[in-house]
Amino acid sequence: MASETIVDPDFKVPAPERVGEEGKTWSHVIQNLVFTVDHKKLGLMYIGSGLLFFVVAGIMATLIRVQLFFPRSTFLDPDVFNRFFTMHGTAMVFLVGMPMIFGFANYLIPIMIGTRDMAYPRLNAFGFWVFFFSGLLLYFSYFGAPGLYNAGSAPDVGWFAYSPLTAKAFSRGHSTDYWTLSILLGGIGSLATSINILVTTFCLRCKGMTLGRMPLFVWLFVVVAFLVIIALPPLSACQIMLTLDRYLGAKFFDTQAGGDAVLWQHFFWIFGHPEVYILILPGFAIANEIIPVFSRKPIFGYPIMVAATVMIAFISLGVWAHHMFTVGMTSLGNTFFAISTMVIAVPTGIKIFNWLGTMWGGKLHFELPMIFCLAFLFQFLIAGLTGVMLSVVPFDWQLSDSYFVVAHFHYVLIGALLYTLFAGIYYWYPKAFGRMPNRKLGLWHFWLFTIGFHLTFFPQHISGFLGMPRRIFTYEAGRGWEIWNQLSTIGVIIQIPGILFFVFNLIYSYFKGEEAGDDPWDAWTLEWATTSPPPEYNFEKTPEVRSRRPLWDLKHPDDPDWKFE
Amino acid sequence: MSSAELTNTDSDWKLPSQRKVGMICLIITESALFTIFVVAYVWYMGKSLNGPFPKEVLHVPWLASIALFGSSFTVTIAEKFLHKGNRALFHVWWLLTIALGAYFVYFTGAEWYHLIYKENLTISTNVFGSTFYALVGLHASHVIIGLILLSIVVISSFRGKLDPGHSEHVEMIAWYWHFVDAIWVVVLTLVYFISVNY
Ligand code: HEM
Ligand SMILES: [Cu+2]
Repeated sequence: MASETIVDPDFKVPAPERVGEEGKTWSHVIQNLVFTVDHKKLGLMYIGSGLLFFVVAGIMATLIRVQLFFPRSTFLDPDVFNRFFTMHGTAMVFLVGMPMIFGFANYLIPIMIGTRDMAYPRLNAFGFWVFFFSGLLLYFSYFGAPGLYNAGSAPDVGWFAYSPLTAKAFSRGHSTDYWTLSILLGGIGSLATSINILVTTFCLRCKGMTLGRMPLFVWLFVVVAFLVIIALPPLSACQIMLTLDRYLGAKFFDTQAGGDAVLWQHFFWIFGHPEVYILILPGFAIANEIIPVFSRKPIFGYPIMVAATVMIAFISLGVWAHHMFTVGMTSLGNTFFAISTMVIAVPTGIKIFNWLGTMWGGKLHFELPMIFCLAFLFQFLIAGLTGVMLSVVPFDWQLSDSYFVVAHFHYVLIGALLYTLFAGIYYWYPKAFGRMPNRKLGLWHFWLFTIGFHLTFFPQHISGFLGMPRRIFTYEAGRGWEIWNQLSTIGVIIQIPGILFFVFNLIYSYFKGEEAGDDPWDAWTLEWATTSPPPEYNFEKTPEVRSRRPLWDLKHPDDPDWKFE
Repeated sequence: MSSAELTNTDSDWKLPSQRKVGMICLIITESALFTIFVVAYVWYMGKSLNGPFPKEVLHVPWLASIALFGSSFTVTIAEKFLHKGNRALFHVWWLLTIALGAYFVYFTGAEWYHLIYKENLTISTNVFGSTFYALVGLHASHVIIGLILLSIVVISSFRGKLDPGHSEHVEMIAWYWHFVDAIWVVVLTLVYFISVNY
């Protein structure tokens, strides 16, 4: 038996020379990026530009927090403040969250399913560039909206762009048009990429990679891509209608002419709620890869994890109006959306228990990716609890549009999504660059960022309880809000060096990191079977798999998984 | 690297066709898009504050609808002849499909001309105008895209560039065309049969 190889070992090929090491000039590098259709380069470009936009949107958030440090502060004008929170939210969702998850999907899915590229490589490049230009278009509004002479205008209608704030009468100039077109463009890119992901996973799996043997990471992305192609068109429809309203005088959201402002909210949240699951499921996907490897145990309850994911996606399409409890729906409507929201907690809870089950009795290795995943588990739990609280209608009436909601969704978006993205970047860094990320720098990043994060957002639960509304540019003294705002702002100041350690680590380790080898974490999915970094074509010969852990089978020929499946 | 190298040639490992999965995904996406416009139309039925109202200006487009539905049959027949290798009849039926589709687009143009210049119904007149032009226009734009695709097929066939290996391309374009047709069933029923009662 020992001689039988499960994964053909000679699909590995020597690593190609690194760019730059053969004396290539910058113009070569840029041309290489502009014309590439390679899924790995595009994946890194997605992640790189996501990080870039993250820094820009993060600076805006910092300025917002500085403004709120003192009551009656005049650091920012109210107009500037509105633009900042609009651009912050829009950018974080559409220019950071979306591209980062697509970056991971692009880089990893083809290698994980043992193929050489995405199904439509050129469509893939198209998707990236469309996204990238949509980002530039959004920020260009600072220059373009009322013309350069009047610089400083940008969308100021919130990331949800509620009507009638966006009507011509209330939003003069073109800043809202930049917002609309940017979102429409980004949506097209996301749809193209999601269709590409679906076709790739259904049609290009290597021999033996049945649906039941795909890594959970790939499974979750299949579900995410389905959610995107169902939930994103409503958003595009919203943008088309809004553009018709603003340019051709259509009446979709014009209450003067019998139009309905609440219709926008329905359409927006029909997209908007599934969107939060589009963002968080990839976070789960990353945790699904990292937690088992660093617990030295296969994932607990693979089929249940898949079922729970499908359930979450399905239910998430029917809960959108929990964002609208305060607009005055019928009590039947309120009840329906409250209960359907609470039901989502069930499959989500199942997932948490399965992760705990995976770690239970395992040999835990506290490497960087694992620590970030552990923090994710804890923080997502808090986010889920405040989420269930908000789904109780009277509670939501009390706290809607208060800082409590801000705290809730930042625990999801940062505490869960961003933490898993950090974990994923540290985990796959050695694969992409052939060098280990520096552990010491990573620990500094972890502790500074974690302390800063909780200091920023935990007090917001309290200021929310004390009645502080969100989206106000300043507040009066003596309401008991100062101390919580000041803690929050200090928290942001602590997060900043955390991010600097992270960025520095990425650059430093690229040049000075320890050589990683092909499989530094002793993992078991296919991407670790090829060289680090993988060659352009990933595998010399397309591999063949016989179980969920092909690399385990290869490393333990006397005890392969497929014997027990 | 050719795409042939990428596909697994082993016979006991079958995966679905890329084109079919891709087209199914595209159709799901498009259906989601249309759904929102349909919901907007239904939501605003009878809510216009001023005229003209649907019952005053809309006439059931019998001929255009028959043309469009008929084109789903002609495209299927054309495909049959392509499979049999009968190029001449394939061209005849395929061109007929294009002609029927083109008639439909012509009809929409004429209808809009009439509505705008004779009935004073524009996209900014009332919520009926907004939702009507948006929904019907979205559908018409899909018909036009379909016509372009159909034309590409027949032009490449005339230039001898359509070989039997492309039959799945052709089939996918036919799928798309059937989808556009199916959407018209919904639009026709909703706009011309149901909403005229409001
Ligand atoms: C999983 C990722 C999640 C993300 C990214 C997320 C994000 C958000 C965001 C951005 C808002 C603010 C909407 C606004 O501006 O009005 C929000 C509100 C809300 N979330 Fe979540 N959420 C997530 C999970 C959950 C869960 C698990 C629940 C409940 C079980 C939940 C329940 C709610 C409710 C009820 C509101 C409405 C609050 C209000 O409008 O006052 N969320 N969420
Ligand atoms: Cu929601």
